[in-house]
Amino acid sequence: MAVPDISQRGPLGPGPRLRGALRRGLRWLPVLPSVLLLALFMAAPVAWSFYASFTDAALTGKAALNPQWVGLDNYARMLTDPVFPLSAWLTVVFVAVSAILGQNAVGLVIALLMTRSGGATASLVGTAVVAAWVLPEIVAAFAAYAYFSQDGTLNQLLGTFGVQGANWLYAFPMPAIILANVWRGTAFSMLVYRAALSDVPRDISEAALMDGARGWQRLAFITLPVIRGSIATNLMLTTLQTLAVFTLIWVMTAGGPSNASTTLPVLAYQEAFKLGDIGYGTAIASVLILIGMFFGAVYVRLIRGAKP
Amino acid sequence: MRRPVRTGAALLGVVGLLASAACSAQPQAVNGQTIKIVYQKTDSFTALDKVFQDAKQEFEAAHAGVTVDLEPIQANDDDYGTKLALAQRSPDTAPDVFYEDTFKVRSDVDAGYLLKLDSRLSAWDEWSKFNEAAKAAGRGDDGGIYAVPLGTDTRAIWYNKTVLQKAGIPVPWHPKTWDDILSAARKMKAADPSVIPFSMYAGKGTGEGTVMQSFYELLYGTGSSLYSESDKKWVVGSKGFTDSLQFLKTLYDEKLSVTPADALDSNVWKKVFGQWLPQGKMGATVEGSYAPSFWQKGGSYEWAGYAQDMGVAMFPTQFGQDPHGVSMSGGWTLALGAKTKSPDLAFTFLTTAVNKKNALAFDENNSQIAVRADVASDPGYQGANPFVKDVSDLVAVTHYRPATADYPKISLAVQQATEAVITGKQSPAEAAAEYDASVKKLVGEAKVMQK
Repeated sequence: MAVPDISQRGPLGPGPRLRGALRRGLRWLPVLPSVLLLALFMAAPVAWSFYASFTDAALTGKAALNPQWVGLDNYARMLTDPVFPLSAWLTVVFVAVSAILGQNAVGLVIALLMTRSGGATASLVGTAVVAAWVLPEIVAAFAAYAYFSQDGTLNQLLGTFGVQGANWLYAFPMPAIILANVWRGTAFSMLVYRAALSDVPRDISEAALMDGARGWQRLAFITLPVIRGSIATNLMLTTLQTLAVFTLIWVMTAGGPSNASTTLPVLAYQEAFKLGDIGYGTAIASVLILIGMFFGAVYVRLIRGAKP
Repeated sequence: MRRPVRTGAALLGVVGLLASAACSAQPQAVNGQTIKIVYQKTDSFTALDKVFQDAKQEFEAAHAGVTVDLEPIQANDDDYGTKLALAQRSPDTAPDVFYEDTFKVRSDVDAGYLLKLDSRLSAWDEWSKFNEAAKAAGRGDDGGIYAVPLGTDTRAIWYNKTVLQKAGIPVPWHPKTWDDILSAARKMKAADPSVIPFSMYAGKGTGEGTVMQSFYELLYGTGSSLYSESDKKWVVGSKGFTDSLQFLKTLYDEKLSVTPADALDSNVWKKVFGQWLPQGKMGATVEGSYAPSFWQKGGSYEWAGYAQDMGVAMFPTQFGQDPHGVSMSGGWTLALGAKTKSPDLAFTFLTTAVNKKNALAFDENNSQIAVRADVASDPGYQGANPFVKDVSDLVAVTHYRPATADYPKISLAVQQATEAVITGKQSPAEAAAEYDASVKKLVGEAKVMQK
C-alpha cells in the first residue's frame, strides 16, 4: 500500500499510542469507499462464484429450489468432460495468438512506425486503429461478424476479384475470432507503446547511433530494455482482457461450429445459462478466475523485476 | 492500489459474465396493486403482445386502481427461458403472470417457480371448456395443474407446390415413407440444382427447432422414442436413433437440405419462411402448424400467394408402418409466479387473457391449434387460414416431449449428435454412441434403458 508514512513527523502529545492508532485509522478513511465498493462488486461476486461452484445450483428443476453441497463434483466433472480440455486449449490459443502475439506485437510495430513517420500519416493511422477500440464491444462484434460472414464484406471484396471466399466463421472460426480480437485490441497496445516510446531518452539512441548501432540493434538493446516495464504491464492487461472476451466470440460464432471456438467464458455461459447448470458454469468461471490470477501474479512479478 | 484495482477490474469482467444477467432488476410492485406480466415478444411474434395489451385494457377497466405492468422480453425461445428463469430467482424480479413453454413446466414446478392452480381452476367455470389433452400440458409431477394452455401446435411437411410440379411430382403430395421423401427430393434437385429440395433442421443453432421440427419426426416414426413414459427411463442404443441420424446425413450429404453452415445459423428459419419458400427456392421443409402466421396479412413475411402455393402433408413413418404419420406438439401456457403477492388479481388477469375473445385472437394471429372447445368451433378460427383442418387433424398422430427436468439437457445432447453428423465430424453410429454416453452421464445409469 502506497500510503505515505507521516507518523514519524511532528511531536506526539499525551497518549501517543492512542493518537497514533487514531491517525493510522484515519489514514484509511479516504480509501474506505473504494475498498467497500471493491468488496461489494468484485469480492462478493467472486466469492459467490466460488461458493456456487461447490453446489449443484441450477436455473430450473429441484436443484434451483434447494441447491445441495456437492463438494468437488463439478471440478471432477471437468476432468471427464471432453469439451473442457478442448475449451481450455482454445482459450490458451486465443490468448497467446491474439493478445500476446497479435495485439502486443502489432501494437508495438505500429507505435514504432508512427514515431518514424510524419505527423499526418501517424495521426491517420492512429485514428484508424483507435476507431476499433472506441467502438463498444457489441458494435465491434457485429462489425466483425458482418465482415467475416458468408455474404459479408470480406467475401464481397474477394468477389470483385473473382475469388469465391470461404464461409470464414464456419470453416475457420478460430482464425476469424483471433483476427477480430487483434483488430479490436491493437489500439490499446499501440497507445501504451506510443506513450512508452516517447519516454525513451533521445540522447541514448543518438549516442548508440554515433557508436554505429544499426536500427535493429538500437531496438533490441536500447528501446526494448527501456520500455520493458510498459511491455510487462501491457502484456498483463491484454492477457486479462482477452481471457475475459465473451461478446465478440458469442456474436461471431457463439462458440461453434461443434465447439470449435468455445473458449472458457463461452463454455461457462453455455453451461450456466443455456443448460441452466449454474454449479458447473461457476466452476468453469472459477477456474478462469484462477488462471487470470496466475497470469496477473506472473506479470506483477515481471513488472517489479523490470523496475531499476 | 492501482495495480490490484486494474487486475480486479479484469477479473470482474469474468465474474460479471455470471453476475450481469442477474442485474435486470425492475421496480417492485407497489402495495400489491401492480401486477407484473412477463412474456416473449419478437419482431415476428407480436400476437401475444396484442392479446396482453387488450387484456390489460379489459382488466384495468374492471379493476380500478390496479395497474398491469407489461414487460415483454425481446429474445428467442432459448434466451427467453433463461431470462425468465433468472427473473424467477428473486422475489423482487419474479413476475406475477408469465408465458411458459409447456416443456419447461415440470422442471420449473420442481424449482418452485409456479403456483399451484387447482383450487382456483375448480372455481373457474370456463376451465371445463379446455380439452383434456391440453390441460395435461400444465400438469406437474405431483399431478396438480400449474399452468393454463394458450394453444397447441403440430408439425407437418410444408411444401411449395410450384417447385414440386416443376420436378414432375404430382400435388397434393403425400409421401408414404422416408424413401418417398428422398426420391422426391432427388427429383427436385435434378430438375433445378439451385433449389433446396427438402430441408430439415439440425445442429444446436436452431435449438428446440432441431428436435421438434426435424429429429423427433424421424425418431418417433421408427417406432423408437426418446423416453419410455411407462418405465420413466431414457432410451439409449436404439436402431431408430441411428437410422434417424443416417437420414439427416443423407439429406445433407446429397445437398438435398440447406448447407451445414446455414443449418448452424440460428436465424436460418427466417430465411426458410421469408425467402426460400416464398421465392420458390425451397421445395419442402418440416415446420410447425403456426407457419401461416408468418405469411398471413400482418405477419412478418407477408406473402399473399401462400394459400395457393403452399401445401401441407403429414410426415411419414420410416417404412409407412402404423400409424402412417408422425407429428410433434408443444405449445405455450400462462402461469402464476409462486412468489406473487396478489395471487387472486393475478389469476383473474390470467383468466382474462385466455378468455374466448383473447384466446381466439391469439390462436388466429399466431396460427395456433385451439385448446378451448368454444374457440375450436368458432367459424373465425376455422377460416383463419386454409390449413387449419389439415394441421388440426395431425393431433391424432402427435407426440409430446418428455418434459421432465432432465429434458433440456437431453435435447441438447440430441442436437449435438445431429450437428456432429451433418458437419461430418462423426458417423451416425459414432454420434449415437456418444449420445448414449452423455445421456448416461446426465441422468445416471439408473434412469436409462436399452431398447
